Amino acid sequence: MNLVYYALQQLINALSIGSLYALMAVGLAMVFGILRLINFAHGDLMMIAAYFAAFALFANLPLPLAIGIMIVGTILVGLIMERVAYRPIRGAPDVAALLTSFAVGQILQNGTLLITRLLQKPSPLAFPVIGILSGVFAFGPITVPRVNVVSLIAGIVLLVLLSLFVTRSNLGLSMRAAAEDLHAAQLMGIDINRVIATAFAIGSGLAAVAALLYAVQAGQLTPYMGFTPVLKAFIAAVIGGFGTIAGAVVGGYALGALEVFLTAIPGIGDILPPGLVSPEVQTFLKTWLPGSLTSYRDAFVFVALILMLLFRPGGIVGRREREEMQ
Amino acid sequence: MLELREVEVYYGGIRALKGVSLTIADGELVTLIGSNGAGKSTALKTISGLLRPKAGTILYNGQRIEGTSPHHIVGLGVSHCPEGRRIFGQLTVEENLRLGAVQRRDRDGVKADLERVYGLFPILKQRRQQSGATLSGGEQQMLALSRALMSRPKLLLLDEPSLGLAPLLVETIFNTIRQLKDEKTTILLVEQNARLALDVADRAYVMETGRITLDGPAAELKHNPQVEHTYLGT
Amino acid sequence: MTASFSWRRVGGPLAAILALSVVLTILQASGLAFWQGLFVNLGIFLILVLSLNLSNGFTGVFSLGHIGFMALGAYASAVLTLPLREKGDYLPNLPGWLAGVHFDFYLGPFPSGFLAATLIAAVFVSLIALLVGLVLMRLSGHFVAVATLGFLVIVRVVLFNADNFTRGSRTFSNVTPYTNLWWVWAWALLVLYIVWRIKRSSFGRAMLAQREDRWAAQSIGIAVMPPRLLAFVISAFFTAVAGSLYAHFITSFSPTVFYFDLTFRVITMLVVGGMGSVSGSVIGVILVVGLAELLRRIEDATLLYGISQIILAMIFIFIIVFRREGLLGQREIALDRWFERR
Repeated sequence: MNLVYYALQQLINALSIGSLYALMAVGLAMVFGILRLINFAHGDLMMIAAYFAAFALFANLPLPLAIGIMIVGTILVGLIMERVAYRPIRGAPDVAALLTSFAVGQILQNGTLLITRLLQKPSPLAFPVIGILSGVFAFGPITVPRVNVVSLIAGIVLLVLLSLFVTRSNLGLSMRAAAEDLHAAQLMGIDINRVIATAFAIGSGLAAVAALLYAVQAGQLTPYMGFTPVLKAFIAAVIGGFGTIAGAVVGGYALGALEVFLTAIPGIGDILPPGLVSPEVQTFLKTWLPGSLTSYRDAFVFVALILMLLFRPGGIVGRREREEMQ
Repeated sequence: MLELREVEVYYGGIRALKGVSLTIADGELVTLIGSNGAGKSTALKTISGLLRPKAGTILYNGQRIEGTSPHHIVGLGVSHCPEGRRIFGQLTVEENLRLGAVQRRDRDGVKADLERVYGLFPILKQRRQQSGATLSGGEQQMLALSRALMSRPKLLLLDEPSLGLAPLLVETIFNTIRQLKDEKTTILLVEQNARLALDVADRAYVMETGRITLDGPAAELKHNPQVEHTYLGT
Repeated sequence: MTASFSWRRVGGPLAAILALSVVLTILQASGLAFWQGLFVNLGIFLILVLSLNLSNGFTGVFSLGHIGFMALGAYASAVLTLPLREKGDYLPNLPGWLAGVHFDFYLGPFPSGFLAATLIAAVFVSLIALLVGLVLMRLSGHFVAVATLGFLVIVRVVLFNADNFTRGSRTFSNVTPYTNLWWVWAWALLVLYIVWRIKRSSFGRAMLAQREDRWAAQSIGIAVMPPRLLAFVISAFFTAVAGSLYAHFITSFSPTVFYFDLTFRVITMLVVGGMGSVSGSVIGVILVVGLAELLRRIEDATLLYGISQIILAMIFIFIIVFRREGLLGQREIALDRWFERR
């Protein structure tokens, strides 16, 4: 296969992973924008969503119903989380809320562990195979896993719907206002509680969809599976411009591109047409780089985050939040 | 319409309002004057629900509203145009205005009010799709005032509308305030520019370090020697 | 600030140290492995919490990545103390200069090699902390927290991948069990003393001031960078020491040990006791370790595995919501006052 097709294939992969990251990052960004809270339990919401879906499918419920249960269940958990853990500490220093989100995550993780054990299911739990999401699409020489294509489409559709909601509806308008200036928004007569609950609900719903697609790709679930995704989602949101939905979307796709890039470069060594680069470079691309890049990929991503925080805290898109950073 | 009784407010650790009492009757324009830090803005914030008094009561049309949420108070017809304008720079002019009406259900009424506001300040109509951050200081003040009007308030709280504005713009703003007064909107005006405030108001209260030190009809206070000396610079 | 020597002031702490020595001697002699293990755990966690207290509590900079320093200290010291033969078998691909050293020598009955290895590892980690600190100290609030969490992840990834040094994801075992009650509590008391003195010194007050209001402190002329950085590095040093102690206690571990669960547990102890309070840290450690032990019994009895974590997390949330400053906040238990009353 030649370079162009390889690039195209990786592009689709990047966009599909980017969609997942974007869906998750948006939830984080909405909550952060309004409350200045980094909800690390967001990843565990994702995990819960995956488990909801798994158990619904185990009970042989039809797919649409299972998805519905997953989304509704996750939204409920998200709303309860907001009401019980975060509302009482509104106005507290940021770190308090961050720590609380970790505690909430612990509860969710261990709760799931407990329930899984009680129901006598193994851990890791194999995610049931979903017919229409498995297998590949083949366009000529390009093969793309179906789930990637679905992720891509779902991501774009949902994000478009979200942006319509946020720009056209009154509630969306209120959310944007609240994210910019919470007190002024209150003076407009905006019901803050309702706006915050909506942010949590939407974020949870989107995370649930991302969770399903992620679970299909990962193939198995553990109660701790949410940790890395939420860190990545956070990085995506920061890179894009933290606190804004647009930033989260851009960041999500940027991160997806970065990750695929880091994993794809090693593969290039094999398909570069001979003579394009010197044999030494080719060997480098084939042997040394793969090992370091793929395995150190997560570390690189974090380094990117820290660099971003240092030099451009506003992110790619976002506004200058200079006082926040210093 | 509005009554404050012995309201005590703590801002951080500081006692910002010390036993403040005042009344406003329907249709009146009452002004609160005093130097910086006297507590005038704090008083407004307490009325609109952003701050909660430690003691005292606030009655709005006989109903106690101290400590209730801002969005409830706005729903009762109180509109607060904050100090420093606080418009939403990331939103367009029109979105800012629509936000002012966010609690209203009557679409046609909102549309009518929007047109009315554009009539008052044509420049806003020109810039309706531009983001708030691109407006000049004076235009932002017009926007803030219009936004407050979009909720068709029965009680309008204005915090330092002339702050930082060129004299010509200040005149425009105060003409609008006069117009509103003629339309029988009840207004509580906080102003550092005592002269302008006393010119337009029915009654006035003078605040110093959290207390009301003088009150009376604006015409009288204008000629009060203390007021003249401290605030009118004569 | 440095008061004159008086028996009253020294009396309390001296008596406590004496009491502790008696307890430790009895424990050591008793051969009760469970209680010995518990006290070792208490000591190690105390070092961890005090170090974190120094960094987080005094300067308001919340580091979530300190366990990364612990991991580095653990691995570094363990690699150093491995006897030559084990090194050859176990870590065959170590670079030459490292493969030849073996800090398993003694000075009479005293394992000086262990001490040396611990110190070297701690210094090594401190240098890393200096670099990390320089980078991170430019951030604030929740962003530092997340960046430090990033550090934790980076350390883990590095440890997983540097096979030649760490055996990657495989268990690193065969570590000589040097750690005992005396080592742990000697270090713990040292850290306790140092953190206490720092808190009481003008340096400490500068840091506390900084925590209250960064801008105000800057305007008074307290240089913002050095105190934070110094606190960070010192705390990393002792965290690495704790890592070394831990490594030579459990004798086999892998990078997964030094990750999120441990981080959260230490933070819980810190928050329960009160950030900024030294005696609070002591109490926090005792309470949480004790509670965790108790809950573990309940778990074993009821087979409800995971319930102990859930309850600890709920307690954590409860404290943050209702008593954010923890049990003692920034105050201390005044030992000298107790003696005065007599």
